[in-house]
Amino acid sequence: MKFDTPAGQNPIDRLKVVGKPTDRIDGKYKTTGTAPYAYERHDAAPDAAYGYVLGAGISKGRVRRIDTAAARRAPGVLAVVTTLEHPRLERGMMNAAYLFGGDEIQHYHQAIAVVVAETFEQARAAAFLVKVAYAPVAGKFDLAAEAKGAKPVPGDSGEGSGGNGEERVGDFEGAFAKAPVQFDETYSTADESHAMMEPHATVAAWDGDRVTLWTSNQMIAWGHESLAKILGVPKEKVRLDAPYVGGGFGGKLFVRADAVLAALGARAAKRPVKVALTRPLVMNNTTHRPATIQRVRIGATKDGTITAIAHESTSGNLPDGDPETAVNQTKLLYAGANRLTAMKLAHLDLPEGNAMRAPGEAPGLMVLEVAMDEMAEKLGMDPVEFRIRNDTQVDPSDPKKPFSHRDLVGCLKLGAEKFGWAKRNPKPGQVRDGQWLVGIGMAAAFRNNMVMKSGARVRLGRDGVVTVETDMTDIGTGSYTIIAQTAAEMTGVTLDRVVVCLGDSNYPVSSGSGGQFGGNSSTAGVYAACVKLREAVAQKLGFNATDAMFEDGQVRAGNRAVPLAQAAAEGELVAEDTIEFGDVSKEQQQSTFGAHFVEVGVDVDTAEVRVRRMLAVCAAGRILNPKSARSQVIGGMVMGTGAALMEELAVDTRRGFFVNHDLAGYEVPVHADIPHQEVIFLDEVDPMSSPMKAKGVGELGICGVGAAVANAVYNATGIRVRDYPLTLDKLLDRMPEAA
Amino acid sequence: MKSFTYERPGTPAEAAAAVARTPDAKFIAGGTNLLDLMKLQIETPTHLVDVNGLGLDRIEATAEGGLRIGALVRNTDLAADPRVRKDYGVLSRALLAGASGQLRNKATTAGNLLQRTRCPYFYDTAQACNKRQPGSGCAALDGVSRQLAVIGGSEACIATHPGDMAVAMRVLDATVETVDAKGTERKIAIADFHRLPGDKPEVDTTLRPGELITAVTLPKPLGGKQVYRKVRDRASYAFALVSVAAVVQPDGSGRVAFGGVAHKPWRSEEAEAALARGAKPVTDRAFSGAKPTHENAFKLKLAERTLNAALTQARA
Repeated sequence: MKFDTPAGQNPIDRLKVVGKPTDRIDGKYKTTGTAPYAYERHDAAPDAAYGYVLGAGISKGRVRRIDTAAARRAPGVLAVVTTLEHPRLERGMMNAAYLFGGDEIQHYHQAIAVVVAETFEQARAAAFLVKVAYAPVAGKFDLAAEAKGAKPVPGDSGEGSGGNGEERVGDFEGAFAKAPVQFDETYSTADESHAMMEPHATVAAWDGDRVTLWTSNQMIAWGHESLAKILGVPKEKVRLDAPYVGGGFGGKLFVRADAVLAALGARAAKRPVKVALTRPLVMNNTTHRPATIQRVRIGATKDGTITAIAHESTSGNLPDGDPETAVNQTKLLYAGANRLTAMKLAHLDLPEGNAMRAPGEAPGLMVLEVAMDEMAEKLGMDPVEFRIRNDTQVDPSDPKKPFSHRDLVGCLKLGAEKFGWAKRNPKPGQVRDGQWLVGIGMAAAFRNNMVMKSGARVRLGRDGVVTVETDMTDIGTGSYTIIAQTAAEMTGVTLDRVVVCLGDSNYPVSSGSGGQFGGNSSTAGVYAACVKLREAVAQKLGFNATDAMFEDGQVRAGNRAVPLAQAAAEGELVAEDTIEFGDVSKEQQQSTFGAHFVEVGVDVDTAEVRVRRMLAVCAAGRILNPKSARSQVIGGMVMGTGAALMEELAVDTRRGFFVNHDLAGYEVPVHADIPHQEVIFLDEVDPMSSPMKAKGVGELGICGVGAAVANAVYNATGIRVRDYPLTLDKLLDRMPEAA
Repeated sequence: MKSFTYERPGTPAEAAAAVARTPDAKFIAGGTNLLDLMKLQIETPTHLVDVNGLGLDRIEATAEGGLRIGALVRNTDLAADPRVRKDYGVLSRALLAGASGQLRNKATTAGNLLQRTRCPYFYDTAQACNKRQPGSGCAALDGVSRQLAVIGGSEACIATHPGDMAVAMRVLDATVETVDAKGTERKIAIADFHRLPGDKPEVDTTLRPGELITAVTLPKPLGGKQVYRKVRDRASYAFALVSVAAVVQPDGSGRVAFGGVAHKPWRSEEAEAALARGAKPVTDRAFSGAKPTHENAFKLKLAERTLNAALTQARA
């Protein structure tokens, strides 16, 4: 199905199943431990041996020698595969660093060997017996030091934000120089780890020259193609299966060492092999969100109208890596005739920087939305009012291009009302509650809505059960549930008559999960397949497809009603289709919007910052399932709070690695850290987005929330910190004298 | 994890003897720290002597009016004991500020005293660490050191004792009771139990090889307001950046010990004599001679302000 005109009335609009806060259909399996994750696929690959990955102990240089003799003799060891036994293997899609093969070390904990043994403990113990001789060379590990030599580069997060090294509209410098009120500050954000619950894990099994990988991956089709290339096996002979994924946040968009080394280990051991990356390897072997240094300049008239805005960002990466696209929301979020955005990239020899939940926008809005708060204060304006004043209904660089639907102002106003913004004391450092200095802050949220081609197959069984098959993944987001809701709505059956099968590369290729494009795109693909199924059913039952109503397990037209199952009485009906998005999705700018409001307390003595309550108001098209969408948004809010207050991969700039590489050292906020969160969705539909009229919401929640936290800290203390995370040591020197 | 042998002796002296006669043997109780370290091959005992069956799990009144806490009393049970809650509030509060519910259910009194540092370089076997591998150097000195010691460190090591419980025990002047292979009992003042790293950072305590902790005794109650204030980046679960254990008497005098700042709980009896005059005179004295890194210099100010918070709380 080609989506090239705005969606008209369709069966989804009935909202009998779609749009309801249905419980997750996979929830009962996950909460009872009966949803097998990749490492637990004993059902599919019994008798798997265990692979333990050894990471390089240097950050840059060469491996001179690997002595595996003692490891091979160790109890239970079946095979040892070292990087020196292989030529440098091809990279998969979007990989900047090489995953395995050859003697070059590009970053710390790059995989150099896998030890396969009968038990995990034996494999790990044997891995400690592997002796490695290195020839290290000096590397570059300090972004601040390398920033001066950084070059402008284009970049695309692959997840909806991208641009050229430098983009200009009008004359920024001229307009900024003339602006009656000017603002110019520089900020920095830290390297961050995805820190998903389930580490990267794979079980691999060979059957002759065919290999199956039960793995944890967000993008099955990308992984499929990449593994075929890396392993040098025709694509038809590679199968991936990932029905359950325990979180990804972008860290599992691409194939990583677990999959490659499970396959190589299994080939060497002639047995299925399972590999999970240890937490230190998740942090230093895989990818992370790169640190940035960002400068924002805003020029405005005294009434708060922005006349010039510039946002420049510098990040670092390995030679083939991309920049963090932190400036791109600034092209679209606020009006202003004169604009400059620029991205620079420095060469660093740290582990690979790559996509993490809302790449670009998460660190970009952390900075832009603090700058907006600072500028509002400079103008003597209310921060909410300042944003409303500079709203735009068109792409500021292309005024002929309107937003498909944009209600940022609605989010700001409703959020302000519900949160009690009017009670905020605009003068910072004034509100005290016992030991706490209390402040509230806000920020706008913005994230582009991407649409991706997505396919599905739908089967109507003799028993009337509708089965959906698509390689879409559910990474904890609720894909199973919204896909089931879509199929139920389209075929007129109840949810318990729908079976959803996901994550298998034998199924039709879907959008996959990333860039908040999965929910809308994959359900649109299911919609397309269901339209075809409805046609087949109508034909079988002698209905005119356009007249037939699919309701209550029946197909009806006029006075005639036939049970749906009857269409499959002679055999299962199968329909397959792919939604493809035509120019309609490019003619108008599709984005999602929100407003975050946060209240914090800052301990008057110790400067510990504790979040007290949070509210997000989101405008993201039709919400397919308010319950799972809310979970996505509050998860994003938690993650953004982490970025604002505590998450930082600490770089040892001499030795070149992330030092705090476990969950004791890399702290993320948990339930006990955030007592109260609320999410409101504006009731809207966007017919430009897809037949579902939905947009992405999985990343909107993290966008801007960190800035709202930082702005609240400023309101509480009067201390502006521009180096994130905003840990207490950065406040302490400027805290008021202890009472 | 390296293969190891395992035994469960019948008495404390037998346990001590078992460790004394086996090279590279270790006691295991809750295992909440030791097992992690064994998995990472930071600890590589060849023989484990399980002391869980020795019955050292009671809390009893002493003739001196104090409490004798068995070595195997779990952190959860110790924190919840009514006598501890009533008379040694600082200890109960320190315990509850540490770790998580699950860990406290398993962790023991003696094991808590013996937990090893959380310096990240200690945990990464590819990095130089004199505590893990004597003579290899200290990567933390010019590395990431925000969490590490500001005082009492050496050129060989700037690790901290990461615990909370020991800080409260230090302010209470607890005594560690031990037994050795010959059955000889010994009492070690808590002040002398943990050592500074000096040129032997691999040695955390003054225990002799094979010496087994049987109990920790607390002197008779000190009265006063008892506060434990732990400062951390995350409210839910984290090691202390700085912590303060304070016992403050109605006249403003009292005692104070600091955690998260040194290789041992940090207390200066001289410094605390100034407690009635407020936080600054105490921390100025207690931290004179501090040698922070540029990453952790904030801990000095934080210690002062945390003590101030503790004093405010005590006077409330």
